[in-house]
Amino acid sequence: MSLLLRHTLLALAALAAVVLLTMVVDPFTNVRIATVGYYLVAVAGLTLLTGGNGQISLGHGAFMFIGAYTVGLLVIYVPSFPFWLDLLLAGVTAGLAGMLTGAAAARLHGPYLAGATLGLAVGLPAITQRFPDFLGGSNGLAFTVNSLPAGLKVPQTQWQAWVVWTTTLLVLVLLANVVRGRFGRMLRAVRDDEVAAALSGIHIGRTKIMAFLLSSACGGLAGGLQAFLLGTAAPGSFSVALSLSLLAAMVLGGVGSLWGALWGALALVYVPAWANDVTHSLDLSTNITQNLPLAVFGTVLVVVVLVFPRGIHGAFARLWQSVRKGKP
Amino acid sequence: MNTWWTLTVGGFASGAVYAALGLSLVIIFRATRVVNFAQPALALLSTYFAFTVNQVTGTYWLGFAVAIVAGAVLGALSDRLLIRPARAHGELGSVIVTLGLLLVVQAVAGMLWTSEPRSFGYAFDFRGLFSAANVFAVLVVLVTAAGVLLLFKFTSLGLRMRAAAFAPEAAALAGVRVGLMVTAGTALAAAVGALAGLLAVPPLLYPTVLDGIFVYSLTAAVIGGLDNPIGTVIAGFGTGIGLSYVSGYLGPELVTLAALAILVVVLSVRPHGLFGRGLARRV
Repeated sequence: MSLLLRHTLLALAALAAVVLLTMVVDPFTNVRIATVGYYLVAVAGLTLLTGGNGQISLGHGAFMFIGAYTVGLLVIYVPSFPFWLDLLLAGVTAGLAGMLTGAAAARLHGPYLAGATLGLAVGLPAITQRFPDFLGGSNGLAFTVNSLPAGLKVPQTQWQAWVVWTTTLLVLVLLANVVRGRFGRMLRAVRDDEVAAALSGIHIGRTKIMAFLLSSACGGLAGGLQAFLLGTAAPGSFSVALSLSLLAAMVLGGVGSLWGALWGALALVYVPAWANDVTHSLDLSTNITQNLPLAVFGTVLVVVVLVFPRGIHGAFARLWQSVRKGKP
Repeated sequence: MNTWWTLTVGGFASGAVYAALGLSLVIIFRATRVVNFAQPALALLSTYFAFTVNQVTGTYWLGFAVAIVAGAVLGALSDRLLIRPARAHGELGSVIVTLGLLLVVQAVAGMLWTSEPRSFGYAFDFRGLFSAANVFAVLVVLVTAAGVLLLFKFTSLGLRMRAAAFAPEAAALAGVRVGLMVTAGTALAAAVGALAGLLAVPPLLYPTVLDGIFVYSLTAAVIGGLDNPIGTVIAGFGTGIGLSYVSGYLGPELVTLAALAILVVVLSVRPHGLFGRGLARRV
């Protein structure tokens, strides 16, 4: 069976599972399911960049920002566009921004690159203050996305979860094929030894830029999906903490693994929810509720790197291997 | 002309702060070959200690001293507990671990002191174009930079610290206690970082107050070559003045992006900074 066919079948099965799941849960959980979906896109893009190509980005929150504002502006100013075109353009815009970043990044490595992308995460959301009429200042944009087809009689949140997960699974199939294919091999060759890769005829700079383009397009699409889901885009949601949380999610799941991106995305949604429940039941103050998720993600970054560098997916993979070996 | 002069002087004063935090990044890079992304977090925590001491005792200078000592202790602890084990996991591993520490410390600061801005005072009178507080900041930075330079260039301690960072095995064979030297370097870096925090924070203290300043300081340190204290001080003042022009003529919201642009342009032309010397070959 070809790789593409296998990935497509797996994605269709996953989509069926998500649709079934959304039918039995309440609207609130549907929003959470959709949130996992768009975080998954962002983390998968990041894992392609860091795990696949060895480049670090502390700026993926900035690409989500670009995607969210692209969707917001298109919904407000070009209402005739269908929502899927808005989402596509969100990915394209962020991809272009990522290509620019990548062009600079191709010459940087390690801490230098981290510093530059951190600057992007800190600086870009402030641009909304520059154009308060156009980008809504610090309140951001609020808009309504009417995407539900006229004939379809399902709750809004269910439909949104379907749209988000269809997009997510499309992206995942694409990424899975890229990672396994010729381009994925080029990415890994550049990651492992630039000199050897160059000697084998791989254009280092171009490969790094392409990795950044793909990765940031995923970030932008994730931001676009978030805007589609929430109907808002505000600079406060795209803080440095978001970029670092995405990084934490990727490291927790297992750097370089798309399955790992799923575990990471689940953590991004359920850790804050869990923190909220815990502090609520223990009657702690809101200061603790607001900061607990960040403390958890920070601890995750430290502990995972030091103690089990392959993350959750690495643990699963090892378990699976020992199970297979145990069989006669 | 008048605006230009105001912006230049103001930029020079904020450049002192960037140079100070940049210096702490240079010291730790010299001692460990790691860029410590948790440096602003340690500075933040030290400044919060100063804030609490100020509130309890009412004296500024006691808090000042406490912050610097706390900085050194936090630096030594972070080295022993985190940075040393992380170095085994390569460049990416140490970047990620120090970022993790950054998140944890910011979150803990938010839990203990809340995310509300607290007022945090200046050491001296801050009124006027180039106030006493500004003079103090510039002096502190120049003295610290000179001290660091003397330490690394002319003392046996500095030589041992450099040896421990560049060639740990050879240094150990020559009788240098490598672990101790690395920890000493980290502690020194964090103490200078705490000093930078005390200069940078006023008038308001909140958990993310140093985020932007960290980006500017990192810009200064990277432009300066990451292991060159003089280059970093010059780049710090240069960055301060340059960003002040951007803020005054183009708008304050563009400052961080301008810092990013400066960083990218300089690194594209000189990948190891204006004053740094790159390795001849990396394989």
